[in-house]
Amino acid sequence: MSAVRTLAFRRFLQAVGPVDTVGVEERVAKYGTRSIKRQAKVFGLKLAVSMVDQTTLEGKDTTGKVAALCAKAVRPDDRDEDGLGCPPVAAVCVYPSMVAAARRALGPDSPVRIASVATAFPSGQAPLTTRLAEVRAAVGAGADEIDMVINRGAFLAGDFTRVGDEISAVRDACGRAALKVILETSELETYDAIRTASFLALRRLRPGDFIKTSTGKTSANATLGNNQVMLDAIRDHYLASGVAIGMKPAGGIRTAKQALTFLIAVKETLGDAWLTNTRYRFGASSLLNDLLRQLEKERTGAYQAPYRFSEATESY
Amino acid sequence: MPSAPARSARRRRTPTAPELIFGNLWEFDPSPETADPKLKAQYDLFIDGQFVPARRGARFTSINPANEKALAEVALADESDVADAYAAAARAFPRWSRLPGAERGKYLFRLARLLQDRAREFAVAETLDGGKPIRESRDFDVPMAAAHFFYHAGWADKLNYAFPGARVVRPLGVVGQVIPWNFPLLMLAWKLAPALATGNTVVLKPAETTSLTALKFAEILQEAELPPGVVNVVTGAGVTGAAVVAHPQAAKIAFTGSTEVGRQIMRATAGTGKRLTLELGGKAANILFDDAPLDQAVEGVINGIFFNQGHVCCAGSRLLVQESVVDEVVARLTLRLRSLRVGDPLDKNTDVGAINSGEQLARIKRLVAVGVREGATLYQPPCALPPKGFYFPPTLFTGVQQSHRIAREEIFGPVLSILTFRTVDEAIEKANNTAYGLSAGVWTDKGSRILKLSTELKAGVVWANTYNKFDPASPFGGYKESGFGREGGRHGLADYVTLS
Repeated sequence: MSAVRTLAFRRFLQAVGPVDTVGVEERVAKYGTRSIKRQAKVFGLKLAVSMVDQTTLEGKDTTGKVAALCAKAVRPDDRDEDGLGCPPVAAVCVYPSMVAAARRALGPDSPVRIASVATAFPSGQAPLTTRLAEVRAAVGAGADEIDMVINRGAFLAGDFTRVGDEISAVRDACGRAALKVILETSELETYDAIRTASFLALRRLRPGDFIKTSTGKTSANATLGNNQVMLDAIRDHYLASGVAIGMKPAGGIRTAKQALTFLIAVKETLGDAWLTNTRYRFGASSLLNDLLRQLEKERTGAYQAPYRFSEATESY
Repeated sequence: MPSAPARSARRRRTPTAPELIFGNLWEFDPSPETADPKLKAQYDLFIDGQFVPARRGARFTSINPANEKALAEVALADESDVADAYAAAARAFPRWSRLPGAERGKYLFRLARLLQDRAREFAVAETLDGGKPIRESRDFDVPMAAAHFFYHAGWADKLNYAFPGARVVRPLGVVGQVIPWNFPLLMLAWKLAPALATGNTVVLKPAETTSLTALKFAEILQEAELPPGVVNVVTGAGVTGAAVVAHPQAAKIAFTGSTEVGRQIMRATAGTGKRLTLELGGKAANILFDDAPLDQAVEGVINGIFFNQGHVCCAGSRLLVQESVVDEVVARLTLRLRSLRVGDPLDKNTDVGAINSGEQLARIKRLVAVGVREGATLYQPPCALPPKGFYFPPTLFTGVQQSHRIAREEIFGPVLSILTFRTVDEAIEKANNTAYGLSAGVWTDKGSRILKLSTELKAGVVWANTYNKFDPASPFGGYKESGFGREGGRHGLADYVTLS
């Protein structure tokens, strides 16, 4: 069995092609040298706001905390009366047990979608039936999107078929909800493995679904490098099949400058059609206020203290 | 707003082939570098530690290739000025060469630090004068120039340990150095740093289209209180260069530039006893195997040919692709080309800047026309070029054959010729089938293949899974008509001393 699996891995890798680590990191370093000024900066910042999946994934989450998150998500900027036109964020991201609370807070027709992590997030170490039941429960409670984790154990053991079949099963359980497949890049470690896992997911997904870097629950999260490898995979898959899959880096993106750099990677790799929250998201909890702070700086020419923004976690 | 995915669309194919849109949805605002280049309206020659006008008072205009506007009037040196420079260098030689190495090292450290202090100013000046993107002069040319001074400063007091088994007897004397226009400041550093570290004195002639940073560097020489005459800068065109080469007091000529001029210099110095190093043209092969990481290889190929508008002697101007992946590679290249930003070199987002001169632009256009006539297929991405100034869009030629002129002649511009091969041996044969031998690139996931190719490719530098990487400690130089002698590392030092 093990020999068969090794062969499967090698064949798959050969088919999708390897990734050179040094080359990827050199490529993404160039994005950081782009200089985004004035109108372009305002556009980029607003675009980033509209792409945020405002997230709370904690054991101590309550309906009160989720209600606060939802209010902030709908109207991120409380100064928005003067036509600055700051859009709502794309979605709130919560545990399945909080989906109903989020739906109550947002109402039935909110522009802000409800994403729920499911499938025994973050480890995924539960029987498939349990994971699928969790997905159905979240969708039933009103989730528009499901963020699943792949079976990293099966992946690292070389059992690709199982990884893929589980993704298909979750996809079917999602029904009309969009699916985001979390690869948990830090547990895959190599860019070769990230590219391979990307394709395993991409080939099972529907237009409007996403692949996503990480859970945010491990030491290393989204980086420009793994973002790039996944964008490259999305591009290759799109050009080969015509199926456009979205991308969501998650965890570790805290500053507006980082977010703009990720967006430049999108612009230069996938082009204009991916510069929308239907195809690109940021999974983040503290990014939003830094985006607002930068927007406010562009508007007034001065930086405001963090406590001037609602829901600030770093007030002083 | 996001819409729910349509499940039925999973296997649906769009009627036309899927395409990516690289449009203007998110157009970047101009982002020019604003540091003051501190250029003077007039520049004199730098002889014996002083700025002096040319004896005959002649001047020429240096222009900005990005907009064809005049930048400064530069003194035009003739034979008599060159003779003055050599006389000053000869006067300075006895003291400078006998100075303890540690003392010479201090001067070099000082030059490196002063250059770092004024890095932004020099980067802007370099970009204005030469047309290269500010991103490159800021991130590559200036820091690399400083790195060469730092590196050689370290060698100055350790020369007796640089050549195991041999002893440094003495420096050569006065060295005549003629440098090109593609990396004006960096080539100056490549030439000056080893010469000074080993105790030689120098007469340096920068290229006529890019003299300004050399003259600005002369200001740094003054500021560092380098003894008068140790470095002299004479500016002008070919006639001035010929005078530098012909001067009887030159103990050595170091030249970087075209093979054609290299030949003339070799003739001029034959039988004179002058030592000579030549770093000349190239037509480097970038060899891409089917197992290579394609995206990173494509990025490296792009960097290999469009870096500094292709004005790079070691540019990877021939791409040899294994036939089984040629379509995929070309598709990726054309896609990548569409997100390259061509335009104002001073804009921090510009990837491809201005061609160095009208003359060079004409040469590129001529050879590109030849390529089309010979039957190769041309691809240029849609890009708007600035109305004034010398610009050429990044260009790919597919279907190029070994016998085509665009596969044999150095274009020295942003033009890539793509050829194919079937086997490893064929790749080596095609790569070596050229008059040049400066550099080569190999792209493969297979380590053993890299080792094989690095020994069989007749090129001074072979890069594996990367391209255009430089380090002061790494010797650089060519085979065949790409010249001889090495610059950088201990090999570079050896060309400036007599060993026993």
